[in-house]
Amino acid sequence: MTLNGWLQIAFFLATVVLVTPLLGGYMARLFTHQRTFLDPVMRPLERQVYRLTGVDETREMRWTEYAIALLLFSVVSLLVLYALQRLQGRLPFNPQGLPAVPPVLAFNTAVSFTTNTNWQAYSGESTMSYLTQMAGLAYHNFVSAAAGIAVAVAFIRGIANREQETIGNFWVDMVRASLYLLLPIAVIGTLVLVSQGVVQNLRPYDTVQTVEGAAQVIAQGPVASQEIIKQFGTNGGGFFNANSAHPFENPTPLTNWLAMFGIFAISSGLTYTLGSLTGSRRHGWAVWGAMAVLFVAGVTVAYWAEARGNPLLTTAGADQTVSALAPGGNMEGKEVRFGIANTALFATATTAASCGAVNGWHDSFTPIGGLVPLANMQLGEVVFGGVGAGMYGVLVYVILAVFIAGLMVGRTPEYLGKKIQAFEVQMAMLTVLIFSLVILAFTAVSSVSPGFGTASVFNQGPHGLSELLYAYSSATANNGSAFGGLSANTPWFNTTLGMAMLFGRFFMIIPPLAIAGSLSRKKVIPASTGTFPVTTPLFTVLLVGVIVIVGALTFFPALSLGPVVEHFLMHHGRVF
Amino acid sequence: MHLARHLRIALLMTAVTTVLLGVVYPLTMTAIAQLLFPEQANGQLIARNGVVVGSRLIGQGFSRPGYFHARPSATSTPYDAANSGGSQYGPTNAKLIETVRANVARARTDNPGAPVPVDLVTASASGVDPHLTPAAARFQVPRVARARGVAPSDVEALVEAYTEGRTFGFLGEARVNVLELNLALDATLVSAR
Repeated sequence: MTLNGWLQIAFFLATVVLVTPLLGGYMARLFTHQRTFLDPVMRPLERQVYRLTGVDETREMRWTEYAIALLLFSVVSLLVLYALQRLQGRLPFNPQGLPAVPPVLAFNTAVSFTTNTNWQAYSGESTMSYLTQMAGLAYHNFVSAAAGIAVAVAFIRGIANREQETIGNFWVDMVRASLYLLLPIAVIGTLVLVSQGVVQNLRPYDTVQTVEGAAQVIAQGPVASQEIIKQFGTNGGGFFNANSAHPFENPTPLTNWLAMFGIFAISSGLTYTLGSLTGSRRHGWAVWGAMAVLFVAGVTVAYWAEARGNPLLTTAGADQTVSALAPGGNMEGKEVRFGIANTALFATATTAASCGAVNGWHDSFTPIGGLVPLANMQLGEVVFGGVGAGMYGVLVYVILAVFIAGLMVGRTPEYLGKKIQAFEVQMAMLTVLIFSLVILAFTAVSSVSPGFGTASVFNQGPHGLSELLYAYSSATANNGSAFGGLSANTPWFNTTLGMAMLFGRFFMIIPPLAIAGSLSRKKVIPASTGTFPVTTPLFTVLLVGVIVIVGALTFFPALSLGPVVEHFLMHHGRVF
Repeated sequence: MHLARHLRIALLMTAVTTVLLGVVYPLTMTAIAQLLFPEQANGQLIARNGVVVGSRLIGQGFSRPGYFHARPSATSTPYDAANSGGSQYGPTNAKLIETVRANVARARTDNPGAPVPVDLVTASASGVDPHLTPAAARFQVPRVARARGVAPSDVEALVEAYTEGRTFGFLGEARVNVLELNLALDATLVSAR
């Protein structure tokens, strides 16, 4: 580890801190329908969208109607994405003449992008036409993110409301998140990316004659406009197979910083929105603090492990020491311009949030370096988390934390003046249990099935189990990154990972909406001496404790058989 | 409950937002990008004597002794820029260790006795990494100088000139663009045989 590495990590965190009140305050105004500086441009467009689609923007919805609108939108847009992939061969913007995507893969990909997962069982540049990338995949990068933000905002309204039946209007929240938040960021960000070298064109792939006379085909495409929303919407699906490691997606250290900043910006801002709308800014920062503690812990471990390198490579004769001329460390599956610090930081951020973009291959990380992204996803991606998804995810843990605190002092738990009762705790536990069950059950079945499960494993030994565990953790947590060695483009994996993504999206959305509906109806009771304050460092510690303990109890046995045992074997010189 | 109405909205909403966010937005951005940054938007292709020899951002394979060699590439054929990717070797995969050992053995014949920088013998993430660390470039100076029949100090100076520092002095890592360095070699120091 180097001082410069830590400086880069500190700089990244500082920029996230700075943007939090700016974006968070803006979102608070946006979702309480106050005037924003973009009204002159966006308000006419917004009205036009409602007029064309028949949305009544004054209509408020109960949580059930809100959920139905979201589900119907997801189903319809999922089917359109499926059709687009199947028909791409006959549609325009396909200069490479790429054929229809096969049915099972098209199903997996449609689910993947609708659920904000962006798991990719295909290689972008050799599978998807420019039209599919733009109108299918990048489109879903906008709306799946906007839907996630909508749910988070609805949850926050549920907390803030007093004796109300309704929690907002899904269509309005989704459209406002798209037009006033995501689209402006994407427009400006695209130009920043292009100025740095991210390509943005519709031309056929170039064939060049290399200096030594070989032919090299260079893939092109409308990359920047997709790349920017892929990061800020925590989607993560790369235009190219190599994702953010590809020089056309992420050419410079500056684009790399912007990519990582994008992953956290909105999610971090939402903690401030939470504080703003519930009238307790300090509560927002207390939740932010818990996220930051878990993030710094993760990046420290990952950076340490990757900088320390792989002792087996030293035995093979490679020099992994740090010098002024080289960052050293485990460089297998990493790019020179990012080195160790930026790859470890990116891996931690992309899995703390539900982004899943990668600028190096997690499969080639050291065992402990790879454990960090895996554990991040298994904690439910509440360390800032996906846009919206991180917020409603962490609020589930907040409810559990308040509940546990209530048990400890023997009083009915309260959260910002609302009594937390059986229904809320049942719904919160439901999300936690379904999440773990889906990951562990599918991993278990795959790991004992040579025919369709372990046959897809690329790296043998304990690392093989890690590949399976990673795949189902990533799908269920709607992350989308992979231990990429796994051959996941098979009927079994395409189907079961598709199911895991659906469970991981909608069973994580519906119970929180139910909690929001229930909280919204409750009376606010004044705080008393028995109320556990949710604005203090003590609350932050409790929240971190609950997140870690729930995650550790659930996943430690599986992790100990994968990355932990591989770590010790690696240091004993064992190879597979 | 409101199913039919919301289904109708869902269909229309998908259509309207697809046109706006999936067609109008990317096409407009493409037009603006082509206008403002035509070089960057099209991949920064480099031509020499009227022949396009590559992209500044995309690595390519070099095997002749008079050129600096890029990092190992794990794409199906090395440096396939239409199918990017890495080796996906896990840290305890026997094939990883074998591959690195073979790469180290080959590197050592170029520059016996010097420690072999790790990036020179491990596969990159994209398979088209355009860069080497300054350490991996310097490691190859003796071979390149020998093959071109020029003084190592001249080659060293060129490496120095083509070493790009960290952005703003602290972001990213120092690096050398292999294609640009090799083109500069051909332009300034005796042509490679």
